Amino acid sequence: MSESLVVPTMAEMLAEGKQPEVLFWVGCAGSFDDRAKKITKAFVRILNRTNVSFAVLGTEESCTGDPAKRAGNEFLFQMQAMMNIEVLNAYEAKKIVTACPHCFNTLKNEYPELGGQYDVIHHTEFLKSLIDEGRLTVEGGQFKGKKITFHDPCYLGRANKVYEAPRDLIQKLDVELVEMKRSKANGLCCGAGGAQMFKDAEPGNKEVNVLRTEDALEVQPDIIAAGCPFCNTMLTDGIKHQEKEGQVKVMDIAELIANAQDF
Amino acid sequence: MSYLDNILFAILLIAGFGFFASSVKKIIRNIKLGVDVDRKDNPKARWANMALIALGQSKMVKRPVAGVLHIVVYVGFIIINIELLEIIIDGLFGTHRIFAPYLGVVYDVLIASFEILAILVIFAVTVFWIRRNGIRLKRFIHSDLKGFPKSDANYILYFETVLMILFLLMNASDLHLQNVPGGVFHKAGTFPVSQFIAPIFNGLSNELVVLLFEIFWWVHIVGILVFMNYLYFSKHLHILLAFPNTYFADLNSKGKFDNLESVTKEVKLMMDPNADPFAAAPVDENAAPGKFGASDVQDLNWVQLLNAYTCTECGRCTSACPANQTGKKLSPRKIMMDTRDRLQEVGKNIDTNKGVFVPDNKTLLNDYITPEELWACTSCNACVEECPVNISPLSIIMDMRRYLVMEQSAAPMSLNAMMTNIENNGAPWQYSQQDRLNWKNEN
Ligand code: SF4
Ligand code: SF4
Repeated sequence: MSESLVVPTMAEMLAEGKQPEVLFWVGCAGSFDDRAKKITKAFVRILNRTNVSFAVLGTEESCTGDPAKRAGNEFLFQMQAMMNIEVLNAYEAKKIVTACPHCFNTLKNEYPELGGQYDVIHHTEFLKSLIDEGRLTVEGGQFKGKKITFHDPCYLGRANKVYEAPRDLIQKLDVELVEMKRSKANGLCCGAGGAQMFKDAEPGNKEVNVLRTEDALEVQPDIIAAGCPFCNTMLTDGIKHQEKEGQVKVMDIAELIANAQDF
Repeated sequence: MSYLDNILFAILLIAGFGFFASSVKKIIRNIKLGVDVDRKDNPKARWANMALIALGQSKMVKRPVAGVLHIVVYVGFIIINIELLEIIIDGLFGTHRIFAPYLGVVYDVLIASFEILAILVIFAVTVFWIRRNGIRLKRFIHSDLKGFPKSDANYILYFETVLMILFLLMNASDLHLQNVPGGVFHKAGTFPVSQFIAPIFNGLSNELVVLLFEIFWWVHIVGILVFMNYLYFSKHLHILLAFPNTYFADLNSKGKFDNLESVTKEVKLMMDPNADPFAAAPVDENAAPGKFGASDVQDLNWVQLLNAYTCTECGRCTSACPANQTGKKLSPRKIMMDTRDRLQEVGKNIDTNKGVFVPDNKTLLNDYITPEELWACTSCNACVEECPVNISPLSIIMDMRRYLVMEQSAAPMSLNAMMTNIENNGAPWQYSQQDRLNWKNEN
């Protein structure tokens, strides 16, 4: 597992006079959150193994401003956006891949009006394209025959209609993909969006992540697959709440693909 | 019929349509209280949306029982209105079944299909009534619908039933009069349903049946005029507004929240290294007094206000809302109902004050919608996805959050901390931007 990661930065690339095929936008969760960092590394492992030329912004990356905008702070959002756009445009970034649906949505839909036009793709779409182009082959490995259910992140699914790429990838693993009663356009939020991740929930009779975890547990999966670091945290907490850590794991699709080949 | 009848009918018609026109004018005036937003782009996609969603009811059938029954009532409503044209001409000119001689067999087919639709509508409406009052579906017994909204829904169901029954009784008595020896009415139409009702008139004198026919005919047309004018007070305005509402709906990806231009200007100024930080802000003559976000209906845009009038109070949004399902106070349907109620109140205020709004110390925020409701939203778009007429409760929630945050600095404490972190460290958590790549070397 301890293969060392090669993670060039845009600055290093520029110094060598090179432009990577894609810019990997890591995001705040992917950079700082202990659980999400594992997703980041899994994705980089795949990029390294498939020799994809990529680079990160590293210390030049900053929050996209998504949580600020959803919280209603348009000022802060636009300041973040304009600073990021300045950096991205300076590097002449064209294609951006990210493992965070919130970064994905903001970069793709909300940056263009502020002067940032990029071809933005979610990492599941990118991995799918690598497979389609024959650059990545996936086998079930340790996941073969396992029962997996996929939780649609709101900002990937409903917000941007990406439903198939993550499912196609899961299916490549020779597993049994089971759908929850609410999925795709009808999927239920994990409870983290709209800046909820950063505050206590309003009084109610249940937490949203617990309700969503119940949806998932109903189909009795071995693994709940996610495509968002925030969903991942919420569902992991939900599993803990139900005391099911022993039986059910929450994993990002990048981790599934990267780990399938490990043993 | 004597001339008196015709004149009375004409007066009724003019009054009915007159009142209706004045309500429509009021609605348009109120909607125009909203801020302007451009929704004229891409007419092709807009027409397609309208055809598919309003006319084709594509989003209704996501819930098949309600969807199919709704289509029956809707088709019934539209088609039976063709009959209305004949009724109006007959009423104005004292004729009887004026179209029959011209349309021949087509007329028979038309009348027959109206009758079948009428009976289907009665069936559908009965099921709707049972769903609301008998089996008590959760979204219909929700606290949003206490009082008028609950009766409103039932009134309409009664109205529709009575209108359909009158239509069938009218036809049945007509048929009876066509068939009595000597034929009081000329033969016209086929009556697959009311032929079974006609026998109830057997044994009555022709004069009495003619009188009954006239009563059915008059009550039916008066009923339709009353129904039409009731729309203004009712969620049933959606039968008209669903069309413009789907036409003007947002075409962007659901995740794209609108960009506040006014903020863009200021941020650009702030970030421009050449700008003189001490210079007074340039005065824009046309600029509206700067207010970020929305605290009242006039701060919302006209599409959001049109949304409020269009909402059918079906509650599909609320039943899909994660916050609502976990017992939080937020109900997207209530957001729409509150917006409409407040807009009606502001409209009345303007009417009583000769065309100007006199501040009433109330706002949509706080008096109708509380911050607690607004902060419970996860911006998941489930409500937007569910709405059968493409309403976005989320866009109103977001505009009100913007007001809370940018005008009142009234975000929950934890969100303030998150925003300070973004400002200082470029991340919602308290980590230094310099540590962004540390993961690379960690195990
Ligand atoms: S966007 Fe907000 S109001 Fe709409 S369903 Fe999601 S949480 Fe509820
Ligand atoms: S907003 Fe749409 S889904 Fe919600 S109650 Fe109104 S019409 Fe129904």
